[in-house]
Amino acid sequence: MSALETLLLVLAIFGVLTGLSVIVLSLIWLERKFLGRMQMRMGPMHVGPFGLLQPVADAVKLMAKEDLLSSLVDRVVYWVAPLAVFVPTFMIWVTIPVARDLVIRNLDMGLFYIIAFSVLSIVGLVTAGWASSNKYAVLGGFRAAAQLVSYEIPLILAVLGVAMLAQSMNLEEVVNSQSTVVYALVQPLGLVIFFIAGLAELGRTPFDIHPAESEVVGGPFVEYSGAHWAVFFLAEYINTFAIAALTVLLFLGGWLFPGISGDVSALGVLVFLVKTYLVILVVFWIRGTYPRLRIDQLMSLGWKVLVPLALVNVVITASYMFYGWSAWSLSLMSLAILGAAIWGLSKRMRTAPTPEYTVKLYVPAPEASNAG
Amino acid sequence: MVDLSTEGQLDTVQMMVNMGPQHPSTHGVFRMVLWVDGERIVDLEPHIGYLHRGSEKLCEGELYVQIVTLFDRMDYISNLNNEMIFCRAVERLMGLAVPERAEYIRVILCELNRVASHLLFCGTFGIDAGAMTPIMYAFRDREKIQSMFEAVTGARMMHNYIRIGGVKGDVPDDFSQRMGALLKVLRQGINETDKLLSFSEIFLARTKGIGVIDAETAIAYGMSGPSLRACGVPMDVRKDEPYSVYDRFDFGIPIGEKGDSWDRYYVRVEEMRQSMRIIEQALEQMPDGPTITPSRLVLRPPQGEVYVRGENPRGEIGVYLVSNGADKPYRVKVRPPSFCNLMAIKELLKDTYIADAVVILGSLDIVLGEVDR
Repeated sequence: MSALETLLLVLAIFGVLTGLSVIVLSLIWLERKFLGRMQMRMGPMHVGPFGLLQPVADAVKLMAKEDLLSSLVDRVVYWVAPLAVFVPTFMIWVTIPVARDLVIRNLDMGLFYIIAFSVLSIVGLVTAGWASSNKYAVLGGFRAAAQLVSYEIPLILAVLGVAMLAQSMNLEEVVNSQSTVVYALVQPLGLVIFFIAGLAELGRTPFDIHPAESEVVGGPFVEYSGAHWAVFFLAEYINTFAIAALTVLLFLGGWLFPGISGDVSALGVLVFLVKTYLVILVVFWIRGTYPRLRIDQLMSLGWKVLVPLALVNVVITASYMFYGWSAWSLSLMSLAILGAAIWGLSKRMRTAPTPEYTVKLYVPAPEASNAG
Repeated sequence: MVDLSTEGQLDTVQMMVNMGPQHPSTHGVFRMVLWVDGERIVDLEPHIGYLHRGSEKLCEGELYVQIVTLFDRMDYISNLNNEMIFCRAVERLMGLAVPERAEYIRVILCELNRVASHLLFCGTFGIDAGAMTPIMYAFRDREKIQSMFEAVTGARMMHNYIRIGGVKGDVPDDFSQRMGALLKVLRQGINETDKLLSFSEIFLARTKGIGVIDAETAIAYGMSGPSLRACGVPMDVRKDEPYSVYDRFDFGIPIGEKGDSWDRYYVRVEEMRQSMRIIEQALEQMPDGPTITPSRLVLRPPQGEVYVRGENPRGEIGVYLVSNGADKPYRVKVRPPSFCNLMAIKELLKDTYIADAVVILGSLDIVLGEVDR
């Protein structure tokens, strides 16, 4: 590697880091504003126009805060844990393209690399919980371990389906192979599995079980303050953006859009960003709507519903590829299975009182009510 | 051959977790010491008293008219109900008649207070279960009720509006119209909150069948109010022993079946609707006339004792008042509903998960100001 190449690589990494920081700030603002609107509030209003500078003010406040440290913490592990969470989340951006040829290193095993690295951040969460010498942190850390490890599996299987269709693990080729039809239409089942498992990986509502505020008071992060807490926060939002970006790249055609030539990089980036932010808005939307699952319910959803569905997804994709059926047959099968799954769940969904889910009205006889 | 059994090699120990008094979902300064095996609660020990202000003892040092403000501060979510129970105790002791119009104003405000209290419950219960939006909708509606209280009593909380012998003053001239408009908005708002939370699949999974208590055990622990009615016991002081003008209204008592957290939640939602029915009828029937029976500032009830019961949003409240003929009571004892409902916590939380503990405690709807007094 020549000196120039090294310099370019360093510059690119700095560029990505800066870009991600800006994106995280925008996400924090967007989340607060969006949730505020959902809840009939204004969201941040006072710092800058439309409260745009609120995340900046928050960041400055966090940096200026004193780092409180319990005397019982395991110091080395305690300080390393935020980095162990942050570094993998940043590393996966090395191979995520935001437009054609706009990527630091376009790895042939890109998807494999991303999955391998994203698993690493679990270690950080567990060690953070353990080193904090706080029982809530320990509980949160182990919840995180159980949750994130379980949901890796449906996530990987959903990605596998896409990799099979694209015949490649190179993200750029995955996107290019969607130039005629996006995989969301070919594999709707895969998209749903990937998105739900992704939500669980992020620890977002309804799967915000390890930081659950009303139960374990912030989980692994409960003892962290100031800049170290900010690193966790940064990692969480970068992860959110990464999962949304992967959803866009794997299922929604990345920077491709009908009628827009993907050759112009700036336009490609714009299309990519618009799609990613739309996916993120769905994540926020879900956060504003649902309560939280319990850890055992989360596990049973993961192992009893998502993993079997993901396996079925892989199997139907494989048979479609092996027998060379026409493209629409896979969509049809995928849709049918998704529909069956939704129907199975919706039999348990309700939006109004049913005989089973209601309370009765007891009206005593008139003479009884006058007795007193 | 590798020995794969982990018996004797992996020892697990129980962990003691101190939940509260500074925990976001203990609804104040309640403290539980939990012994957990993983996430499962093996044993627990509740600790109360962090908000003890000695209200009952303080009552012995105040004039009767001053005590009303102390009752305001016991259950600070349903102030008017608390004021009313104390005033009724003194009135019963003195044989003081209350003007009809005052009774109607009291009932309307108390029922409105019940709606406000249950709205707060619905919101915070959503937070306990992890949903962050319902509380905003609940508070939007509660805020309108608070404004209504402000218009009538002059204060959003701690009203000191219900006085011995009646109420402080008459309601505003356009009270009926404003109440009509408010009820319309509230109906809509409650339906919205209901849709958002009550039948959400995740919410049902979190609350259905969690924290079940049967009627006999509940009665044995002295539970009352919505927590008892959720077990299917139609016990409501407003029906069993109608006080004030409650016998003139047509309303039902919502009762649950299983006595789980969801029933305790939904009984309250239905109760809000019933309360609004009462308010509507009361507005129609409300007569004109004076709003207070004039009495002296320094009251000296005759020697004697009295016990009155009333239906608070949280359950049956009772006041035992002993007078020795002086200007200050000899003894005031309160039977707080939250305290009695909380007694069952050990029964309810055994062998549940930590996540359930939060939901079950939330479903009891305790107010620590009342538990500790």
